[in-house]
Amino acid sequence: MNKKSASLINFITSQSGQGRIRLIWIIAGITTMIAALPLTAAVLPAERFDALFHYYNGGGITVQGPALQASKQVGSNTLFSAKYYVDSISSASIDVVTSASKYSEKREEQSISATYLRDKSTLSLSYSNSEENDFVAKSTHFNISQDMYGDLTTLYMGYSKGWDNIYKTLKTAGNTNRDPAFAEDADRQKFRLGISQIISKDLVTNLNYELITDKGYLNNPYRTVRFTDGSTLGEIYPNTHSSNAISLSANYHLPYRAALHGSYRFYADSWGINANTFDIGYTHPYRDSWIIGGHYRHYSQNHANFYQDLFDPFAPQNYMARDKELSSFNSQTFGLNLSYNFIQQGWRMLDKGTLNLSIDHMRYDYDNFSDLRSATPSRYGFSANVVQVYMSLWY
Amino acid sequence: MIRTTPLIIGLLLTASGCTLQPWVKPYERARLADPIMSFDRNPISSSYLNHVYEAREGARGADGGQGGGCGCN
Amino acid sequence: MLIKRTLILAWLCCAALGFSSNATAAVDASKIPAPDFTLKSNSGKNIKLSELRGQVVIVNFWASWCSPCLQEMPLLEQLYKKYQPLGFTLLGVDVEEDSSAAIKWLKEVKVSFPILFDNENIVTERYHVSAMPTTVIIDRDGNIRYIHLGYTPGIEKTYQQQVRALLKE
Repeated sequence: MNKKSASLINFITSQSGQGRIRLIWIIAGITTMIAALPLTAAVLPAERFDALFHYYNGGGITVQGPALQASKQVGSNTLFSAKYYVDSISSASIDVVTSASKYSEKREEQSISATYLRDKSTLSLSYSNSEENDFVAKSTHFNISQDMYGDLTTLYMGYSKGWDNIYKTLKTAGNTNRDPAFAEDADRQKFRLGISQIISKDLVTNLNYELITDKGYLNNPYRTVRFTDGSTLGEIYPNTHSSNAISLSANYHLPYRAALHGSYRFYADSWGINANTFDIGYTHPYRDSWIIGGHYRHYSQNHANFYQDLFDPFAPQNYMARDKELSSFNSQTFGLNLSYNFIQQGWRMLDKGTLNLSIDHMRYDYDNFSDLRSATPSRYGFSANVVQVYMSLWY
Repeated sequence: MIRTTPLIIGLLLTASGCTLQPWVKPYERARLADPIMSFDRNPISSSYLNHVYEAREGARGADGGQGGGCGCN
Repeated sequence: MLIKRTLILAWLCCAALGFSSNATAAVDASKIPAPDFTLKSNSGKNIKLSELRGQVVIVNFWASWCSPCLQEMPLLEQLYKKYQPLGFTLLGVDVEEDSSAAIKWLKEVKVSFPILFDNENIVTERYHVSAMPTTVIIDRDGNIRYIHLGYTPGIEKTYQQQVRALLKE
């Protein structure tokens, strides 16, 4: 594992009192810095309603469903918001084809949040619940944002805590029920720090850091590893996972009305995975009502320490995984989006309304995950199309 | 035990803040306020795409999203 | 050990200073003559600040892309309607290079006080505008008495108190 990221992880997350005190000092320092500066008022997020339909098709899986979100300001300092999201999954994916049978499943997620503005800061608290028949995840999130330096700099801090319950479903006589003998859990924590800096009247940049630590049952209970002799065994994962991600992004306003977007993220974790993500985009308004945009994203990662496409049955390992998400692979995405503002001048209580279409074409190519469906296994790869159709209303 | 380094950094940040003048005047902010310059013009769409990637890739975090427990294993 | 203790003490002092002084975004300017200017207004006529001497004047710097500014406008309109008969006037100075977005917004949200266009930002610079919006309250003798930086909900009550006090002078 990467020495630098190991020591950084240790520096911040060491379970000793010393480690926690370091983190507290860093946060205290930033808070004090915030206090000493001339402050101007920040603004609550806009009140809006969004209704989205999403559709993903690729690698033998189809996932689709609605996403709805609405927010309302109450008084002059508070904004409440709620979100509802569904994934309807129908799968004959490679994971499923080689080790299980076709399945369909539904995941539902609801969340609520409250944002409070006081001229010094914006604080928000939210709670989220996600359920599918073999997985329940609850999480709570706290975020602060602070404008400083005459509004040229904004500081962000956030903390999230999550609780997962993992089950297994059994198919008996045509019914799918939870296996009463299997129930595991996992806890997750996230720490976020970010800074948004206006560089010039045409350029704004964001630097973000996020530390995520997970503890508990972290693998998929259905997935198996394969041995060279053809036998299989359930995956064995470590019961902790700690990761660091740092990203830099920038938006640049061109001399005519259009914008360029770029971002880079570096990721390293305690499982030995290092990943790089690049994204570049361009947004071009046309007349007063249309906005067209496009972007390209490239992602690459190397495999986890305990990942192998095929294991040697005579070389026992403490941890073993064959989840292709932990293999060495890269992915590329080309995306286009179109937005039409159909409420230019306001209509009754609506200030603005848009109709939007977004299409992304993704390609995933694996270096060390084999497609075992054919007689001569080859490196696996797949393409997927993601379509989003949505309407947004501002009031 | 209190370490010196975070202390010094914190103090410098505190002291430096008081004297810096904004180099972009507030009335020059028209372009920056344009919706096309927003980092997250459509949060419901970007949070969905982040979820699509996170469910298929090993990396997570620092992607602009913060909410939702998705149960992606 | 001593160095660490000194640093901690210094840090606490800075913090205390910071927390105690940052509450006010308003400045009591104590009689600085308001820089004179002449700008074209939305009615087509030019308006010169010094010709308004004898009235209490609020000069509010705003822009169509600044949402707190837009939130404040209807409240300024209420203030204008209430006190205008008593010798008060309000000038809304749009600081944008291109006024078309502001004019478009004003068609939707009509205000009765004069809107001035500072396309070259001459007046904005003269007044050292450092926040959006900035509200400058000028007394009957043409002196700046109060400056408010930014808009926080409820500040319009303070504007009302200050205008009333200046009208009585």
